[in-house]
Amino acid sequence: MREPLIFQYSRPGRGARSQWPAAAAGGPQVPAALRRAQRPLLPEVSELDVVRHYTRLSQLNFSIDTHFYPLGSCTMKYNPRACNAAALLPGFTGRHPLASVSHGQGFLACMYELQEMLKAVTGMRAVALSPLAGAHGEFAGVAMIRAYHRARGDSQRNEIIVPQAAHGTNPATASMCGCIAREVAVGPDGDVDLAGLRAAVGARTAGIMLTNPSTLGVFERRIEEVARIVHDGGGLLYYDGANLNAILGKVRPGDMAFDAIHMNLHKTFSTPHGGGGPGAGAVGVSARLLPFLPLPIVAREADGQYRWLGERDLPQSIGRLASFAGNAGVLLRAYVYMRMLGREGMQRVGEYATLNANYLSARLQQLGFDAAYPQRRASHEFILTLKRLTQEYGVTAMDVAKRLLDLGFHAPTTYFPMLISECLLIEPTETESKQTLDAFVAAMAQILREAQQEPERLQRAPHTLPVRRLDDVRAARELDLTYRGEAG
Amino acid sequence: MPFIPHTEPDVQEMLAAIGAASIEALFDEIPASLRVGSLPDVPAGLSELEIMQLMCARARQDGQPLCFIGAGAYEHHIPAAVWSTITRGEFYSAYTPYQAEASQGTLQSIYEYQTMMASLTGMEVSNASLYDGASALAEAVLMAVRANRRSRSARILMPRTVHPHYRAVALAMAGNQGVRFEELPYERTLGHTALEALSGFAGQDITALVIAQPNFFGVFEDVDALTDFAHAQGALVIAVVNPTALAVLKPPGQWGHKGANIVVGEGQPLGCPLSSGGPYFGFMSTRLEHVRQMPGRIVGRTVDLDGRPGFTLTLQAREQHIRRAKATSNICTNQGLLMMAGTVYLALLGAEGLERVAALSMARTEELARALTALPGVRPVFAGAGFHEIVLALDRPVAGVLAALSARGIEGGFDLIEHFPELGPALLLCATETKTTADIDSYARALSEVLRAARAA
Repeated sequence: MREPLIFQYSRPGRGARSQWPAAAAGGPQVPAALRRAQRPLLPEVSELDVVRHYTRLSQLNFSIDTHFYPLGSCTMKYNPRACNAAALLPGFTGRHPLASVSHGQGFLACMYELQEMLKAVTGMRAVALSPLAGAHGEFAGVAMIRAYHRARGDSQRNEIIVPQAAHGTNPATASMCGCIAREVAVGPDGDVDLAGLRAAVGARTAGIMLTNPSTLGVFERRIEEVARIVHDGGGLLYYDGANLNAILGKVRPGDMAFDAIHMNLHKTFSTPHGGGGPGAGAVGVSARLLPFLPLPIVAREADGQYRWLGERDLPQSIGRLASFAGNAGVLLRAYVYMRMLGREGMQRVGEYATLNANYLSARLQQLGFDAAYPQRRASHEFILTLKRLTQEYGVTAMDVAKRLLDLGFHAPTTYFPMLISECLLIEPTETESKQTLDAFVAAMAQILREAQQEPERLQRAPHTLPVRRLDDVRAARELDLTYRGEAG
Repeated sequence: MPFIPHTEPDVQEMLAAIGAASIEALFDEIPASLRVGSLPDVPAGLSELEIMQLMCARARQDGQPLCFIGAGAYEHHIPAAVWSTITRGEFYSAYTPYQAEASQGTLQSIYEYQTMMASLTGMEVSNASLYDGASALAEAVLMAVRANRRSRSARILMPRTVHPHYRAVALAMAGNQGVRFEELPYERTLGHTALEALSGFAGQDITALVIAQPNFFGVFEDVDALTDFAHAQGALVIAVVNPTALAVLKPPGQWGHKGANIVVGEGQPLGCPLSSGGPYFGFMSTRLEHVRQMPGRIVGRTVDLDGRPGFTLTLQAREQHIRRAKATSNICTNQGLLMMAGTVYLALLGAEGLERVAALSMARTEELARALTALPGVRPVFAGAGFHEIVLALDRPVAGVLAALSARGIEGGFDLIEHFPELGPALLLCATETKTTADIDSYARALSEVLRAARAA
């Protein structure tokens, strides 16, 4: 380990005392039966210990700020600094979630305008901002679909159709909403198998969850036919917004007849991923799902004042999904990003994300890599299958991913979608320059040479990172999830 | 072009490599009927200067009132080192640590966080965070249904002293899976859940009992008796706790004879600004025996090819990207950066610093209660001891009083009329270590004037 644990810096009696408040006279007044007997295991360290330790730890990470991150399906684009600076203004950070709306008109104006802009770019009738991440937005969407069927006395509809290659969150969401996930096949061209879809849709169909472009990195060309089949069968359409970056400003989910959508603001609208969150999973709906939106929502009154809508305004709402109004600080960052892009900048996102993906796909195929769908246009991302490399040289997608880390690039998404063997899902995003993409191509060319000449270099990669490949089996078998002192 | 680095020659070379005539041609697989020409309802773009001017004006517009609201989000001092550290690009702009070798910084931080939270709550394991306190309770309820194999009822006892928003979220998120909630009343003079309220459930199939400590009113629950009762019925205990309070309160792992089974709560008091409700982080810890039913990411320490220690995501077979429809939850992105804030905060405060925050917040609340109840028409509602919040009754509707205080730059508390109408005009107030005696005096003065004016009107 390059950096000790924070606990290993601890010395009895040391502490960041300037950061502590004064001691209360007489100490805490807690009834004896409820009092804590032993102090928790927290480190006793100085402020410098803390700053140096976490700064050193940060240096063991890859990040967008330090590395190209072509992670398919995750849209790792640049996070503009102004978004963070604006969200951290004291007037915003200091505002209590339950403070009166008179002390919140500035904040609420941003939220209202964000709702309006998201409606405009998705073509949906209304938007709610409170879901806290993509999967939480998916939950809201499927819960609304269920509530819609129930309100119509159609409560036997409990099947959610998902394509074979769907994100894992889709079937998991169906289960969380008390539904059954039912898979439909994808044809050899990457589009949903319509015959299979027709066979799957029936009296139990609550809806279908789709990304478009799909997780295979291609646009579902017969989406209008898909929508007709599902709607005619009494089901609704859910749009998984994970791939919205591909079509931002070019095609709108509302125009494709989707009834519900979640948007990953931490993907398409460039709020930081923070090493695993926070995200924000705003949801949009068509007219028929409007009464079921989660609470709260911001409304603008005739006099120009903003207020929260609650249960009285939307009595059929699926309810509240967060302690308060959602990840407000994330929403503010997305708001700033959208205002900086404006209507034209928004359209350029889809255009240049697509240009970058198609360019990278073309260059890598010229090198000799196999695209999973060479006959199709790439969307904002594309899949390479390394099956040939595995067969000929014993080099897997994982080996290539790990070697890329050595060469200074974050690995693409590996082994997803599971439909394609030995795959890399590559999404460059619009914020990367041609020169960065060319450097990535050069790294892939080197990897191809190494696969032919010295495959073990790939099989044992990475070589230059803080640790080498980790023993995941041991991690799961001999659980070591907390530090228990030097003896433990 | 905002955040797009391409020059015109770049674009031409790229199109040539693709073999496409224009960027537009790359969209030729999309049916023409679906294409949008423009986005007239989105405003034109702004420069960084223009957007910062707008945002500064809006932030100023909201003012910085003196705030005495708690009710699930608490204003504490956040050491400067917390946000300067976690907004380093290497934390701020990193992805979920799936590529362990390239994410040791985040992974080790999570391991340290898990250690701190397990110890603070008196449990054996912690996950890497959930969305927030309310959704963490919803996940805990679903986890209890999976973990309590002796119970078939999916029946949860939910005291009314649990935060009303938490109860609403638990219902919205767990109700679809057939979970039923039985509401438990509170004892009107003390403001806690009395054991008698549970006696009717003795001998019945109950999946879990939820216990909030302190409860929504700021009052302490008799956690030992409640825990032992639940365990005697074969029910699990889900603790909902304030992490600051745990510096001075008996940890849930030691409640009753056997301790709570699942512990959740809102991590916001640990280094996260109020920020209109988020981003915060939910925490969850449990016993080792339940770890495979726990939702969310978990980090484990292991060794690399050379036998050197390193950190990796583990027990991933519980999660949606592996288990799909059979996953413990659909959760994917959680609140990583806020969990980092909590970790750095706890490292800076340590046990003694956190104890001071808790003790001084209690003392300030006591001082606030003394100052306000000295006014005519203001009295405490509950006699039970509590942490850093208190319920006060007024002699007139709270909404008008809060509006008048707000006009004077004071956010005076949370009106309880919507969720607890039986209390009459009552409000929930909080004072943390950030409130000075001068702040408390100016609140008392303002309230006195507002009440006097109302009486005269």
